[in-house]
Amino acid sequence: MDAKALAEGVIAGRLNADELAAGFTDLHAPLTDHEAVVAADRCYFCHDAPCITACPTDIDIPLFIRQIATGTPDAAAKTILSQNILGGMCARVCPTETLCEESCVREMAEGKPVEIGRLQRYATDGLMAKGVHPFRRADPTGRKIAVVGAGPAGLACAHRLAMKGHDVVVFDAREKPGGLNEYGIAAYKSTEDFAAREVDWLMQIGGIQMQTGKAVGRDITLEELRADHDAVFLGIGLGGVNALSAPGAEKDGVLDAVGFIADLRQTPDLSALPVGRDVVVIGGGMTAVDAAVQSKLLGALNVTIVYRRGRARMNASRYEQELAASKGVRIICNASPVAVHGNGSVREIEFEYTDDALQPTGQTFRLAADQVFKAIGQSLTGADLPDLAGGKIAVTGAGRTSLDGVWAGGDCAAGGEDLTVTAVAQGRDAAEDIHAALAT
Amino acid sequence: MADLTTDFVGIKSPNPFWLASAPPTDKEYNVRRAFEAGWGGVVWKTLGEAGPPIVNVNGPRYGAIWGADRRLLGLNNIELITDRPLEVNLREIKAVKRDYPDRAMVVSLMVPCEEEAWKAILPLVEETGADGVELNFGCPHGMSERGMGSAVGQVPEYIEMVTRWVKQNTRMPCIVKLTPNITDIKKPAAAALAGGADAVSLINTINSITSVDLDLFAPEPTIDGKGAHGGYCGPAVKPIALNMVAEIARTPELAHLPISGIGGVTTWRDAAEFMALGAGNVQVCTAAMTYGFKIVQEMISGLSDYMDKKGMAATSELVGRAVPNLSDWQHLNLNYVAKARINQDLCISCGRCFAACEDTSHQAISMSPERVFEVKDDECVACNLCVNVCPVEDCITMEQMPAGAVDPRTGRKVAAEYANWTTHPNNPGAVKAAE
Ligand SMILES: Cc1cc2nc3c(=O)[nH]c(=O)nc-3n(C[C@H](O)[C@H](O)[C@H](O)COP(=O)(O)OP(=O)(O)OC[C@H]3O[C@@H](n4cnc5c(N)ncnc54)[C@H](O)[C@@H]3O)c2cc1C
Ligand SMILES: Cc1cc2nc3c(=O)[nH]c(=O)nc-3n(C[C@H](O)[C@H](O)[C@H](O)COP(=O)(O)O)c2cc1C
Ligand code: SF4
Ligand code: SF4
Ligand code: SF4
Repeated sequence: MDAKALAEGVIAGRLNADELAAGFTDLHAPLTDHEAVVAADRCYFCHDAPCITACPTDIDIPLFIRQIATGTPDAAAKTILSQNILGGMCARVCPTETLCEESCVREMAEGKPVEIGRLQRYATDGLMAKGVHPFRRADPTGRKIAVVGAGPAGLACAHRLAMKGHDVVVFDAREKPGGLNEYGIAAYKSTEDFAAREVDWLMQIGGIQMQTGKAVGRDITLEELRADHDAVFLGIGLGGVNALSAPGAEKDGVLDAVGFIADLRQTPDLSALPVGRDVVVIGGGMTAVDAAVQSKLLGALNVTIVYRRGRARMNASRYEQELAASKGVRIICNASPVAVHGNGSVREIEFEYTDDALQPTGQTFRLAADQVFKAIGQSLTGADLPDLAGGKIAVTGAGRTSLDGVWAGGDCAAGGEDLTVTAVAQGRDAAEDIHAALAT
Repeated sequence: MADLTTDFVGIKSPNPFWLASAPPTDKEYNVRRAFEAGWGGVVWKTLGEAGPPIVNVNGPRYGAIWGADRRLLGLNNIELITDRPLEVNLREIKAVKRDYPDRAMVVSLMVPCEEEAWKAILPLVEETGADGVELNFGCPHGMSERGMGSAVGQVPEYIEMVTRWVKQNTRMPCIVKLTPNITDIKKPAAAALAGGADAVSLINTINSITSVDLDLFAPEPTIDGKGAHGGYCGPAVKPIALNMVAEIARTPELAHLPISGIGGVTTWRDAAEFMALGAGNVQVCTAAMTYGFKIVQEMISGLSDYMDKKGMAATSELVGRAVPNLSDWQHLNLNYVAKARINQDLCISCGRCFAACEDTSHQAISMSPERVFEVKDDECVACNLCVNVCPVEDCITMEQMPAGAVDPRTGRKVAAEYANWTTHPNNPGAVKAAE
């Protein structure tokens, strides 16, 4: 064992390049042609298939799988992309075990669903590798629409609007488009710069102007956008992170999980990215799992997720919990942080066990920690937004907000599920609604 | 354990599983290994007359169709009879028969349609110690153009004539192998019987084109841009073969003609079905070509297991058991009423039964918003389509309605007595038929 593996503190290069490459490779390897045909053969071509109902973007799954089975994977890709323009990313990041694959009749029959996600990736990857963009813009309408946020919701909205012939300007505060596809999704789900490649491919539709580094509220106001455009779509996600209220939470080494993941996604060299020997992640969702697993893959020796409620209440699916466990992450439930100890930097974090009603039990314990990641939820940020409901933008119908001519979708809109695929569905549906509204 | 030994026209073998005349039986190396694996007998790959051997094409000889998981369902070939010298084959047959005296060794023959040709070859075969000959009147390609194979098999008079020559020139039992590429299989079978054949074997391969290369626009297998029809075999042909076997078995004039059943036998169950329809044994080609010789072990264990369960001590108890139940449509009981039943515990809610019945049958299956599928008895005609398309075995069954119950579809009581079309009031010929 390399000495660095055991070294205390937050340091880079705990693992060598080969170990890093092996850890951060595709979580689910792409299907080969042969595997795809074998997997496609398992689909029963169900009537009014339950998997379609379970897909937030309503992809015609039996049809695209049959198209793969009959040797026309590009046609399959078009079936997918016509419903979900980010079908390539969704194939990688969707928690299929709680969506389409959970409802596959072969899950009921044998406990082994048709591998819908991997087949979706097979079809979309094939088409994208050829550089083919299968959609064409309609004749220009002369209408101009502003899309704020180049995450999945904004991109899906922009693409659909552009397809309808509208001129679209996309504003994003960050340097690169893609939203959490670029900055948030676990590295082993979006390998080989897929997020950026997908945006480039999507832009081939034409009619979309991408303005990155432009924050609404800082560089331009919503009022100005409304004045200059026929409609505005807000897909700004959740920019803020919830704070940890325990004493000592301001110490060095206590970080936002999303920030850590964004750094990880953007670093050109994983061996230069420092990580603690003892890492504690606070939270129970997908972000917590991603932060924990990726810390482990960077070489952290001890990684623990601590969640304040019972296991069954964790937002991370069973599959993700098992993934974390398989990578050596320990999960402790029913414990809340009560104090962060350390002299300047965190050295230990103290928890108190809670019962199912979140009441403290008086029993406490401490975990060694030279890094603590907070993954306890994100929040909407921004001033002068439309009316809110439960901390998010209130919407009716296909994303209509309280402001005339302003639509919203994705994580920033109330009532969503905070998934890439639901963001895509909402962006797409808002675009259809905007198109319909402009036509009247 | 049931006794699987069979005596087919005096030829004994330890089990009823023979390899059909085809590549698996083309040489000593194969046949020895087949016997080691447990095959009861072989029909040696068809021999032609002495002289320069046959030539085969040097490109692909086979085409295929597949089911799920690329399971081979049908195979097509454009091979000819053996392309090895006659004397080599005869020498090998003799050597193998000597070493495996308990196995059946039948030699398939195809020589020109002249008595001299048959007179010349039969003593040579007899000299090997082989148990019998099979006359290949079936090959649908290559040889038929030369006036042999199915060119003979399609003309009953020729079959009778050649069979008679053979019977006059040898003491060996003679099996006549029939081609399915005819309209009425009873005609060639009767001709074989008239010529003195000891048995018939069927079917040989069916004229076919398995697929077309959509880039080259040529039938497959494609040789230098062209393709020819071939002979079709494998699981896909079994229903056709079963019907032809049954046609012979149920015809009184042919009823005592022994049959060797061939065509798509892949498992013990297929073999048992052929035997129940009257075959005294079976021959296998494609299944061996697909999976190797070892499959015979499953056939042996499966058949003996089945016979034990049925209390059958010898294969003769199985042979022909289904023949009395072969009927014609007009004699089927029209007072038999059944309804489809869906077992909700087994149903996986795929909706295939619904799509099939709703779109193409009788709109007799309902679908609830919770994806519960149920049969509407007042619409169900018991067509069986839902059973056939359901991916879960035994999930949908056909339940007979008891006599006296009211069929909600017709509103009529189910009658206890048998009644068929010949006496049905809607049948214009009914009165006449009833007379
Ligand atoms: C760590 C992590 C892992 C995740 N893993 C998964 C997963 O595996 N599978 C899954 O389905 N979902 C996952 N999610 C959730 C998923 O990423 C989000 O639901 C999805 O990205 C939401 O899309 P969006 O377009 O609404 O928002 P975002 O992707 O957040 O995009 C919003 C965009 O708006 C921009 N923006 C914000 N404010 C402004 C402004 N004022 N002006 C201009 N631009 C602005 C931002 O820069 C950003 O680019 C994960 C989330 C996180 C945090
Ligand atoms: C490649 C090949 C070559 C064959 N050659 C012969 C032959 O020489 N003589 C013959 O009587 N039948 C021949 N047959 C037909 C088989 O003996 C058998 O009748 C037919 O394949 C049906 O049985 P199966 O479905 O088990 O394959 C051949 C079949 C195949 C596939
Ligand atoms: S539920 Fe499963 S088997 Fe049915 S159509 Fe969907 S993927 Fe295919
Ligand atoms: S099966 Fe054997 S002989 Fe035939 S093509 Fe393949 S390798 Fe060649
Ligand atoms: S086809 Fe079979 S499994 Fe599918 S819904 Fe019908 S009864 Fe159920």
